Amino acid sequence: MFSFAVFLESFWPLFWAARYTLLISVLGIGLGLVIGTLICAARLSPYPPLRRFAAIWVSFLRGVPLLVQLLVFYYTLPVIGLDVPPMVAAVVTVGICASAYISEIWRGAIAALPKGQTEAAVAIGMNPRDVWTRVILPQAVTLSLPALINELILLVKASSLVSVVGILELTRASQAQAATTFRPLEVYIAAACIYLLINLCLAALGRYLEHRTAA
Amino acid sequence: MEWSILQQYGPSLLKGFGNTVLCWALGTVFGMALGLVIALIQRYAPRWVTWIVQAYIEVIRGTPFLVQLFVLYYGGPLVGLRLDALPAGLLGLTIYGSPYFAEIFRSGFRAVPLGQIEAARAIGMSELNIVRRILLPLGLVSALPALVNFSIILTKETVILSIITVPELLYQVQRMSAETFRYLEANLVLALFFWGLVEAISRVGHRMEARITKHLIERT
Repeated sequence: MFSFAVFLESFWPLFWAARYTLLISVLGIGLGLVIGTLICAARLSPYPPLRRFAAIWVSFLRGVPLLVQLLVFYYTLPVIGLDVPPMVAAVVTVGICASAYISEIWRGAIAALPKGQTEAAVAIGMNPRDVWTRVILPQAVTLSLPALINELILLVKASSLVSVVGILELTRASQAQAATTFRPLEVYIAAACIYLLINLCLAALGRYLEHRTAA
Repeated sequence: MEWSILQQYGPSLLKGFGNTVLCWALGTVFGMALGLVIALIQRYAPRWVTWIVQAYIEVIRGTPFLVQLFVLYYGGPLVGLRLDALPAGLLGLTIYGSPYFAEIFRSGFRAVPLGQIEAARAIGMSELNIVRRILLPLGLVSALPALVNFSIILTKETVILSIITVPELLYQVQRMSAETFRYLEANLVLALFFWGLVEAISRVGHRMEARITKHLIERT
C-alpha cells in the first residue's frame, strides 16, 4: 500500500534534483527565444529562401517527437566529432525544439497587432527599424508573455524526456531512487507532485502577467 | 543504410508501426470519450464534483506524461494494478489525453449560443435532448479544429510509450539499432518518417475540418 513515510523521505532529495529540471527548462527557453526570434524574423522576411527555410524548420521540429529529436541529436554529435557534455546537448536540443514553437508564438502576436499601428508609424515617417523596435516588438512581447509562460510549463514537462539520454534531472533521479528503495509508487508520485508544484507556480505567474498586461 | 537490414527487420518494424497506430487510435478515441464525459460532468454535476474533476485536470496537465506512465506501470503493481506494457500504455495515453480533450469540449460547448439552448428549453426539450440535439452537434463542430490538433499531438506522444517497453515503432527501431550499431541512420529515418506522418495527418485533418465547418464561413 501507499506509505506516506516513504513518500516524504524521497520528496526532499527529489526536490533538490529538480533544480536540474528547472535549469534545463529555463536555459532551454532562453535558447529557444534567441533562435525562435531569428526564425520568426526569417519567416517574416521578404526573401523567399529564408521564408522557406524557416517554414521547414518549424514544420520539422513540430512534426518530430522530442524524444526522437533527442536521440538523433545524441547520436549525431559523436559522428560529427563534437564532444560536448550531455547536459549541454540536452539544453541545445530542448532549446532548438522550443524555438519552433516560440517563433510561432511571436508570429501570432505580431499578426494580432492592429494594422493601423504600423501604418500610423510609417505615416509619421518612422524608418523600418524604428517601426519594429518601437512599435511592433514592445507590443508583441507583452501580448505573448502568457503564451511564453505556457511554453515554459510545456518545457518543464518535456525536460523529463532528457532522462532517457542519461541526464540526472528530476525523472532520472526518481528512477534511481525507485530502484534503490523498491518503492516506485511513492517515489514517482513524489516526483509528480514536484512537477505539479513547479507548474502550478508557473501557471500562477502566467495569470499574474496576463492580468497585468490586460489592464 | 544497407537495405538488407531493412529487409531483416522489416516485419518487426511493421509490427511496431502497427502498435503505434493502435495506441494512437485507441488512445485518441478513449481519451476523447473520457474527455467528453469530464466536460459534461463539469457542466452539469454539483459544485463539489466539479472541484474533484478540476483537480484531476490540473494534476494530469501539470505532470509529465513519462512520470504518469511510471506511476501507472511501475507503481501500479504496489496497489494491485498489474498491467502489461501495451494495456498500461493505452490506459496511460487515455488518461493523459482526457483533460486536454475535456478542455477542448468545454470551450466548444461554451461557443454554442445561449439563445439556442434557451429556445430548446422554452419549447420544452428535456435536458438530455438538449445535450443530444443542440449542445453536442453545435459544440463538436466548433471544437473540431482543436480536436484534430490535439490528436496530432498525441501521435508524437506515443513514442514515449517505448520507455515503458511498449513494443511500438521507436522501441523496435531502438532494438534494431542496438543490434546493428546504426543508431544515427535509424533514428534519422524515424524522424523523417514521423515528420511525413504528422504532415500527412494534419493535411487530411485540416481538409476534413474545412469540409465540416464550411457552413460557418461567411460567403462573400
